[in-house]
Amino acid sequence: MKKKLTFAAALLAASVLGGMANAKQLVYCSEASPAGFDPSPWSGGNDFDASSRTIYSRLVEFEHGKTTITPGLAESWTVSDDGLEYTFKLRPGVKFQTTDYFTPTRDLNADDVIFSFERQWKKENPWFDYLAGTGWEYFAGMGFPDLLKEIVKVDDLTVKFVLNKPEVAFLPDLGMDFASIVSKEYADQLDKAGTRQQFTQKPIGTGPFQFVDYQVDAVIRYAAWDGYYGGRQKIDDLIFAITTDPAVRAQKLKAGECDIMSYPAPADIAGLKADPNLKVDEQEGLNIGYMAYNTTQAPFDKVEVRKALNMAVNKQAILDAVYQGAGQAAINPIPPTMWSYNKEIKDDPYDPDAAKKMLADAGVKDLSMKIWAMPVSRPYNPNAQRVAELIQADYAKIGVKAEIVSYEWTEYRERGKQKDRDGAFQLGWTGDNGDPDNFLFLLGCDAIGQSNYAIWCNQEFEALLQKGKATTDVAMRTKIYEEAQVVFKREAPWLTIAHSKVFMPMNKKVMGFVMDPLGIHRFDGVDVAE
Amino acid sequence: MLRYLLHKLALIIPTVFGISLAAFAFVRLLPGDPITALAGERGVSPERYAELVERFGYDRPYVVQYLEYIGRVLTGDFGISIATKRPVLGEFQALFPATLELATIALIIAVLIGIPAGIFAAVKRGSWFDQATMGVALTGYSMPIFWWGLLLIIFFSGYLGWTPVSGRIGLQYFFKPTTGFMLIDSLISGKSGAFRSAASHLVLPAIVLATIPLAVIARQTRSAMLEVLGEDYVRTARAKGLAPRRVIGLHAFRNALIPVVTTIGLQVGTLMAGAILTETIFSWPGIGKWMIDAIAKRDYVVVQSGLLIIALIVMAVNLIVDVLYAVINPRIRVQ
Repeated sequence: MKKKLTFAAALLAASVLGGMANAKQLVYCSEASPAGFDPSPWSGGNDFDASSRTIYSRLVEFEHGKTTITPGLAESWTVSDDGLEYTFKLRPGVKFQTTDYFTPTRDLNADDVIFSFERQWKKENPWFDYLAGTGWEYFAGMGFPDLLKEIVKVDDLTVKFVLNKPEVAFLPDLGMDFASIVSKEYADQLDKAGTRQQFTQKPIGTGPFQFVDYQVDAVIRYAAWDGYYGGRQKIDDLIFAITTDPAVRAQKLKAGECDIMSYPAPADIAGLKADPNLKVDEQEGLNIGYMAYNTTQAPFDKVEVRKALNMAVNKQAILDAVYQGAGQAAINPIPPTMWSYNKEIKDDPYDPDAAKKMLADAGVKDLSMKIWAMPVSRPYNPNAQRVAELIQADYAKIGVKAEIVSYEWTEYRERGKQKDRDGAFQLGWTGDNGDPDNFLFLLGCDAIGQSNYAIWCNQEFEALLQKGKATTDVAMRTKIYEEAQVVFKREAPWLTIAHSKVFMPMNKKVMGFVMDPLGIHRFDGVDVAE
Repeated sequence: MLRYLLHKLALIIPTVFGISLAAFAFVRLLPGDPITALAGERGVSPERYAELVERFGYDRPYVVQYLEYIGRVLTGDFGISIATKRPVLGEFQALFPATLELATIALIIAVLIGIPAGIFAAVKRGSWFDQATMGVALTGYSMPIFWWGLLLIIFFSGYLGWTPVSGRIGLQYFFKPTTGFMLIDSLISGKSGAFRSAASHLVLPAIVLATIPLAVIARQTRSAMLEVLGEDYVRTARAKGLAPRRVIGLHAFRNALIPVVTTIGLQVGTLMAGAILTETIFSWPGIGKWMIDAIAKRDYVVVQSGLLIIALIVMAVNLIVDVLYAVINPRIRVQ
């Protein structure tokens, strides 16, 4: 009898241990804590990684590792000839996650889609203010309140978006994180229970992983969602180990405490590459680092002056000293990996003598100006202060005296917008949705006082920008944007500095991780070698 | 004793108001604001900015904002975080045990090493031990915590592999927190190896956080002991033929204890300040890291309420220390 019991206990232990050994776990060292798990109120990349890309899905999705749109929760769609109506046919049988706090009684339907947008759009919607002081910044920032006219439920699995004006980037916009689809049934359940706050603390979606637990500022745990419409994931458990310091993330990766990490410090990349257990994937970032002249202030209102200053800068020296090989010189305002990039455009040559002569010809003597340098490292510019010093030295060679100024990060951007701002202002941009308009809008007339730091409103460029927005044919749009880039280069409102590379160090046992050009960290399709 | 206690409590009230005002003003004196901070590179249009300023109530006079804030605090409402939309008090309660656990272990290390080191340095005044101890204490006091933490991680975790790099417990241990103190929760969980994992995660951050208080306590103990060792009653005790251990332990140390206790009490503030950097380096989910994130996001509500709560705790600890004085030295009560 005793023997039998021992055998049974051994069998149980073996099966438990066997089960544990079989559970595949991927640990991701992430860079920051998410503000919450509702995918729409927040705008940080770390918020999206932790919510929208793991727990939720959207009507359309970006193809893994690309910026092209593929069907998501909508299996097909049609666009009216005037570009004002988008009708989506929803995928039947999509399940919301079943957890210990919610058991869905129905599959995804049009009500969920309408609720997902109206809660961000209509002030009378009871969920508009469910979190105190929520601005729904992304929804507003993408112009959706003005763009949407109505969202109509045609039938349970058909939903129609009616727009006020044609918007060709509408489909890519729907692939963005804020457009993730949430469960109306779950919202109704919380409404009844009077626990709306739980919507962002205990999330429910239709994505590849379901939420398990969050220890604030420390660890987020997810489990593969068995009912995911795209098929169950190969890994069973996904863990985010929140580690804010990049040097510590690198140490954790080396020590085997995590399998993959985000945003390594440039100084750590060589050491990570040298580690025999690790590999470092890299990709051209969908970004640009630039320096915007204030085109409304003399002498920067003259094209010749801006051109001359551009020609005085040795970009190669900046790439070598600051980007340390992890970047390429920027010519256009959009990165070369993006469709419609105009390859015919040549960069302003580095020619200090010609630059000096151009300045003299423009009647500019003894020019003194400011160069603005961000106080923080950004993906598109790891060290703006150093870039400013190099540009300062280059300007000195053509007789331009430059003073470097910097302010605290929020103050910096605030001051940069001022119409009487002196000098040239460094900043950059990382794309949201892979559409050229998502970069070129930075130079639109409407963006002055917001994201147009050149305070540049060129009618020719603006007309092309608006034409591009209203054109659905991709070939036509490509031509429009190629032309817009020609205008941009001719008018030189920016010194285009560089497009940086993005690195993703990981253990060699991690398989199938695809770097995303939009900077998203997606773990669907990832596997871990036994 | 009661009168003494009431007197101390009465002093706390204006201090709390002073701190609440300073915290309220400090966060508003920082350049930038939460709306711009949350908008990022995308920026926010002037119209939208104005709308959000009005919605958050930042367009009202500062006096009105402050009075409203203090009125809510008096009812126990510390507000809702602008960034996470969660109640500040709830966030604080979730994170504070981690800081308290780390600070307690750090203080224990600092006291257990600092006091004996200070006593020996005083007794062996001028010896190599004294000079080495005080040299190390000065180095510890001057050490930038950020650099010191990274150095220990690289050496002990990276090179030797003795300790985990960061976090509170190995990721294989997953249980719901009961007390928030990982050492206790890991024991309660009953999971084999959990306590050991939690303890090993505490070692490096506790050493880093203990470094400055340890140096201060060692130096303070040494100087207090030196002063007492020169007193007549110590000479008398020695002349009576008492054993040196008894002279130092009973007669000298007991009298040197008051300034040392004062110093230990004051280290609570130092530990809270040190926790900010230590927690950031070691990804320790406590209130230090929470405050740093809040400052970066210009989360006015978290910064002003967080500072106030921390100040209240430091004041409470100092009150306890004051009471302890009175217990140790009855002359203080009379004064």
